[in-house]
Amino acid sequence: MERSSIAYHARLNRTLRKININELKSIKAMRVLMFGWEFPPHITGGLGTACYGLTKGLMKHGVEVIFVVPKAYGDEDQSAVRLVDASDIVVDPNDSEFKGLWDRIKYMEISSTIIPYVSPEKFEDMKIREELNKHRDEQHVLSRKYEFSGKYGPRLLEEVSRYALIGSALAAKEEFDVIHAHDWLTYPAGIAAKNVSKKPLIVHIHATEFDRSGQNVNPEIYEIEKRGMEEADFVISVSNFTRNICIEKYHIDPDKIITVHNAVEPADNMESPTVERNLDDKIVTFLGRITFQKGPEYFVEAARKVLDRYPNVRFVMAGTGDMQQKMIRRVAKLKMGTKFHFTGFLKGNEVNKLLAMTDVFVMPSVSEPFGIVPLEAMQSNVPVVISKQSGVSEVLKHAIKVDFWDVNALADAIYGLLAYPKLPEMATREGKSEVDNLKWENAAFLVKQVYERAIRLSSSN
Amino acid sequence: MRSICLYFQIHQPFRLRTYRFFDIGNDSNYYDEYQNRFIIRRVAEKCYLPANKLLLTLIRRHGQAFRVCFSISGTAIEQFEKYTPEVLDSFKQLAATGQVEFLAETYGHSLAGLKNKEEFKRQILMHSQRVEELFGIKPTSFRNTELIYSDEIGATIAEMGFYSILAEGAKHILGWRSPNYLYYNALNPRLRVLLRNFRLSDDIGFRFSNKAWSEWPLTAEKYVSWLNAFDPNQELVNIFLDYETFGEHHWKETGIFEFLEALPKTILTQSNFEFHTPTEIASLHQPVAPIHVPHATSWADEERDLTAWLGNELQEEAVSNLYALVSKVYACDDPSIWKDWLYLQTSDHFYYMCTKWFSDGEVHKYFNPYPSPYEAYINYMNVLSDFIIRVEKNSVGKLEYEGWPSLKSVYEFNNISGPPLPFVTQAPHFVRSDKKSSKLMAQPSDLIHFSDRKLKSALKNTDSEFIAKIIANSAEEVTDKILRNLTKQRGEEVKELAHEIKKVSKKALSEAVEEILLHIQK
Repeated sequence: MERSSIAYHARLNRTLRKININELKSIKAMRVLMFGWEFPPHITGGLGTACYGLTKGLMKHGVEVIFVVPKAYGDEDQSAVRLVDASDIVVDPNDSEFKGLWDRIKYMEISSTIIPYVSPEKFEDMKIREELNKHRDEQHVLSRKYEFSGKYGPRLLEEVSRYALIGSALAAKEEFDVIHAHDWLTYPAGIAAKNVSKKPLIVHIHATEFDRSGQNVNPEIYEIEKRGMEEADFVISVSNFTRNICIEKYHIDPDKIITVHNAVEPADNMESPTVERNLDDKIVTFLGRITFQKGPEYFVEAARKVLDRYPNVRFVMAGTGDMQQKMIRRVAKLKMGTKFHFTGFLKGNEVNKLLAMTDVFVMPSVSEPFGIVPLEAMQSNVPVVISKQSGVSEVLKHAIKVDFWDVNALADAIYGLLAYPKLPEMATREGKSEVDNLKWENAAFLVKQVYERAIRLSSSN
Repeated sequence: MRSICLYFQIHQPFRLRTYRFFDIGNDSNYYDEYQNRFIIRRVAEKCYLPANKLLLTLIRRHGQAFRVCFSISGTAIEQFEKYTPEVLDSFKQLAATGQVEFLAETYGHSLAGLKNKEEFKRQILMHSQRVEELFGIKPTSFRNTELIYSDEIGATIAEMGFYSILAEGAKHILGWRSPNYLYYNALNPRLRVLLRNFRLSDDIGFRFSNKAWSEWPLTAEKYVSWLNAFDPNQELVNIFLDYETFGEHHWKETGIFEFLEALPKTILTQSNFEFHTPTEIASLHQPVAPIHVPHATSWADEERDLTAWLGNELQEEAVSNLYALVSKVYACDDPSIWKDWLYLQTSDHFYYMCTKWFSDGEVHKYFNPYPSPYEAYINYMNVLSDFIIRVEKNSVGKLEYEGWPSLKSVYEFNNISGPPLPFVTQAPHFVRSDKKSSKLMAQPSDLIHFSDRKLKSALKNTDSEFIAKIIANSAEEVTDKILRNLTKQRGEEVKELAHEIKKVSKKALSEAVEEILLHIQK
């Protein structure tokens, strides 16, 4: 008995000696400190959805994620992440370390109200709420505890700065291997965390200021974006389209920018809403903000051309934005008011209903870093026409792609899908299976490889 | 005897312009003039002209021992006439050597063989006539668009009197057998089937310039050593290539022309293979067995099937919409409709709609002017929609239009049938001198090859009745030539006689021609 125990221990010791210490390290799960601005269900755009999909994908590859949001509501799905509410983090403003940090980052605190992601109506709405909440919001950004709005409100830049403080506090408190920051709002937090922890930083570009604002770029935001990319060990861009912007407009070293295309969550197994169609007319849909970036005017012009030849069709423009009134006027001028409909902003289920009624989905974006909506349309068995100036066009084969400015080509593609029945038949069938293969798991695998490279590089330095 | 057969395909489609739906009914100009001209000129310069020049040199250098074989699609011929007449001239020069065989094919390089037998035959007839007009040789062997072959297609071709047909030596039809024998059609044993040795063909066609290939660089010596490695009983090697292999697919810098130049000499001196063309092979070799091909094959892709043209619903839909028009098109009397009908049938248009290139192949992408099959389909369907409107308008209330090459003349074409003959290479009198062994009947068109001087003296000694028979039953080209070589008085006399004679049988016509040939030989 005793002898066999001795033999056992000898064997165990020999085995243990054989295991390389580095291998043991790699067995330990990789942990990521991830900074985002929103997390489902509280989202305003594609950013939150993408973060959610990515973290779920990373979990499948054994990566642990600590996900920091400015404000958590408690109803988020935390199966794949540990969600940290920045509003819960207490910092001591008198701590000399934070004081030093604050001095470095407070240049971002400016009084102008910039609200990059918000439509004019919402802005109005928010201003009113802002007034009402004033008494509560009067707590100073440098108080010990700070309640983030987590919105894209008028105090956004202040919140971004405060969020950076939180980043630095968390970096000191948590244990992790790599920092991952999503879009400019979180870059200062990412940089702060990197400075405290000396861990590698990865910034993820979902959109740049050029995509959001066209030529009216906000110089403060541009600066934050540029600095984030410069400080990062690696930059992940959601498309080659965006990668080129990072190279050309931000002058970032191409070698450190890696494209990882977004994916899409598998469609719910729920039956897609059955919609009774009382119209014989086919429906062509534009779904998105009615802003310069989304190219709504090209959709309107193409509609006129198609209607001239194919009368049994209706065009729907769903969404709101600063170009909406202009579009309404243009539609009236082109005398197609009875065939062209504006729905205003649609909520989740209404979107599904509209897609279920749609025969052709069109995304004529002038500049689209990725563009997830065409993928959702394809999941709902709708054929899509997308602009070549979109990141999503890089991953799709079974979509018809046109230059956003080429109204004739756009009209021709729409007409083809309406007039030649075999075309939508094949495009939807092949498109569905194509989209079903765009899995977050695969995107997450590529992201994990970027983490590994970053860790290897920073540990060898 | 061991034979090697070098065959080159020459084809260019009339590429379509970007044709928007709002052009439908407004604009019936479908073709991209600029691009077509540009491509034809480029390929002519890089391939057709230098390659033809080289072949002519080789034929002069090696005499009777070197032979090659071409097929030139009708759409390619028309574009040569339009954009690069010098290319046609160089083919005529090659034809005049008598050592080049020109094969028949469908005029429009079409899929008619799979979709409509009547249209298939019409197009073959049209093409044969065009080739005969241009090169003075009536095609006696056939090769279908992209080597598409099935038992049924072969049977139709046999029915039309051709001696041999070219097909792909696809693994799935050969099984354990070798392509290096002569086979015959499973439904009609009269038709010989030459099977492409795809390995040796692709060594030149695909792999020649590939530096990653273990055999790179390929020399004529190495190539001939592979020929010599075959079992001596294997008596036939068929190398079928796109002609554009020379200078276009492989640029001249790769040494492809040097390879072609060295090949005949190396084969003739270092192996016991002789160069022969398909019709010659049909008579020189005994077929070993029937080849069963119930489902059509082609020379395309790994699968050697039809999926490059008819592999998805877009292609099926476009093709079936097109061929649904057949009977209406035949009723049209508008020549521009006949032309478009042929040009729109060209297989390339359907090839552009192939979805296989998403996974399979550089090759498809390389030849495709469209960014995706969807665009190709939309563009084609827009054009077809306009064409349908025109056909509907023009055909209303009409029966078959007489100006079309009718099926009757297709059947008359059958007269070349009979046992396989040596491919007649030299000018026609070479055959006539050995009339007994030849079952080929003399044709009026045979006469145009002779010099005016020779013809003039022969006509002087020929009975007017024979001449009148020919005048009454021949193409303008022939009658003009004859009348030119008669005195004015005799010409009037013959014309009057011809008016009375009107139609004579093929046999009588042939005898009349032979009568003149007899005097020429004296």
